[in-house]
Amino acid sequence: MNMTTISAEELQTASGRRLRSSLARWMFLLASAVTILISGLIIWTIASEAWTFASQVAADQLQTIGWFPRRGMFDIGTLILNSAQIAIVSMIVAVPSGLGAAIYLSEYAHPRVRRIMKPTLELLASVPSVVLGVFAISFITPVVLSKFFDEINFFNKLAAGIGVGLLVIPLIASISEDALRAVPRDLREASAGLGARKATTAIRVVIPAALSGLMAAIIVGFSRAIGETMVVTIASGGGDTSLFETSIKESGGTVTSAMAALGLGTDQVAGNDLAFQSLYFLGALLFIITLVMNMLGNLIVRRMQERY
Amino acid sequence: MRLASSPADIAIQTAKTRQSLQRRPQADLPGTLFKWLLISFTGFAIAFLGVLVVVMVNDGWSVLSGRLSGFLSNGFSQRSAQDAGVWQGIVGSVQIGIATALFAIPVGIATAIYLVEYATGGWFARAVELNVRNLAGVPSIVYGLLGLTVFVKTLDGFTQGKTVIAGGLTLAAMVLPIIVITSVEALKAVPQGIREAAYGVGATKWEVLSRQILPAAVSTILTGTVLSLARALGEAAPLILVGAATGFISFGDSNFLETFTGPFTALPVLIFNFARQPGEDWSANAAAASVVILILVLMINGAALYFRNRFEKKW
Repeated sequence: MNMTTISAEELQTASGRRLRSSLARWMFLLASAVTILISGLIIWTIASEAWTFASQVAADQLQTIGWFPRRGMFDIGTLILNSAQIAIVSMIVAVPSGLGAAIYLSEYAHPRVRRIMKPTLELLASVPSVVLGVFAISFITPVVLSKFFDEINFFNKLAAGIGVGLLVIPLIASISEDALRAVPRDLREASAGLGARKATTAIRVVIPAALSGLMAAIIVGFSRAIGETMVVTIASGGGDTSLFETSIKESGGTVTSAMAALGLGTDQVAGNDLAFQSLYFLGALLFIITLVMNMLGNLIVRRMQERY
Repeated sequence: MRLASSPADIAIQTAKTRQSLQRRPQADLPGTLFKWLLISFTGFAIAFLGVLVVVMVNDGWSVLSGRLSGFLSNGFSQRSAQDAGVWQGIVGSVQIGIATALFAIPVGIATAIYLVEYATGGWFARAVELNVRNLAGVPSIVYGLLGLTVFVKTLDGFTQGKTVIAGGLTLAAMVLPIIVITSVEALKAVPQGIREAAYGVGATKWEVLSRQILPAAVSTILTGTVLSLARALGEAAPLILVGAATGFISFGDSNFLETFTGPFTALPVLIFNFARQPGEDWSANAAAASVVILILVLMINGAALYFRNRFEKKW
């Protein structure tokens, strides 16, 4: 009988195949370095110009009330107040609706209802923010708010906040639903076994178990609301200047809308030299605030995933 | 308690006990209220979508019914609202979408492949993962600053300044983390057994990836990618910082490829401009353009859902 002998060399993977495989490895490694590069570039870009602003601006330019960058008045407090007011209004709109939708979808909805509702909520998430801005000035202010308030500015922070809130609903709903569904079935069954009603199970067992995840959803939603630009620019802070105004029935620019306004005029930055740099200073502020909130939210979500 | 002594007594006692244990079939009023509260909150979100569409169609009706073809084919007009159209915005958005997809999709999927298939929990992979998650939360306007400084000014030689390429790169940086996150999930959903079986018959890592894992995960990856591009389509803020034109652009007689390196605008930027102009006619234009972008977004989402349902594998 004729025996075939196989040498060790023949058993080895052909060198071409090995080469291709290790080339692919380097390609993927290189690609993942791009995301780090982007972060590095963002931080470097913002930090260098923001530093120019911070080191050259005079203290009294920051303290004169009102945001008039072209005239050298950089009262950031005015913008932060407006950002905070609009974000809080948006949370009042988005938190009940977002959490309610999440609890309904995870605890009550029939699978068939859920299959229709979830994509609809996703669709809501993809409505462009400029469209919501248009909606705010063509419907929320003139049709809804004018019924409740006799005197309300056509551009106002309340409408902007409601618009931002509508935009944030799907985000909060989706993160909270993930948190609620991560709660093990056993807990629900044990509660039902003790004779608890469905609502009792939801309120006393499932929600407390998922509480940290729901908090994370609200934090991430708030961060998104702070960073939202176009709704506010269209509905409240169209101009590049902003008076100090505490009433939410009046107009006012936020950190983000002031950036958009400065961006629109980058070709013709006239007047104060620091106006262009202030754009980056606001960017740095926004970046830090949202980064801290998102990291906190992510940390909470991760803790919760580890627990269950 | 008195001991039951006769069979009749026992029967009565048992019946009483049973009755006290049984919940009387009463209406669970608070429970029902809670349920309907939840339904109304969910309904609020859904109803809003309906109201939004109705309001936009209603406000834009004079334009949509009166001069639809002109509206779709005209450029932005500074002079009169009756001549203004969205054609340049649509062209710009499509071009930016192409540029964004070209830059973001390969890098995003490759990063996901590295994280799922190659990384072994070392510091680099952990850093990339954390970084991607943080990038996903950075507000879009901050990406505009990145675009303005790096893509428009520093990389001027490549992008030619305020062009479609610079805008596309900016939006690519913005959607990259979303593509990575959804692709990572898609790859993780491919069962380990498929990898092991492929290695078992002697495939190299690249062969396992390109012939088994990627084909298995492609539909989910596509869905996520398409949805992230839909998000890029609706973004105006970063493009404003990167210098999207806010008025009429003259393309002259440059061909399609040359317009990638000329001044540009995009549909959401046009809507912003319409909305800023005073007067009824302009707000009708803004509403009509909103209807156009809503239809585009709806179509893209529909395509994504189609991919998901058509090709999704259940393991």
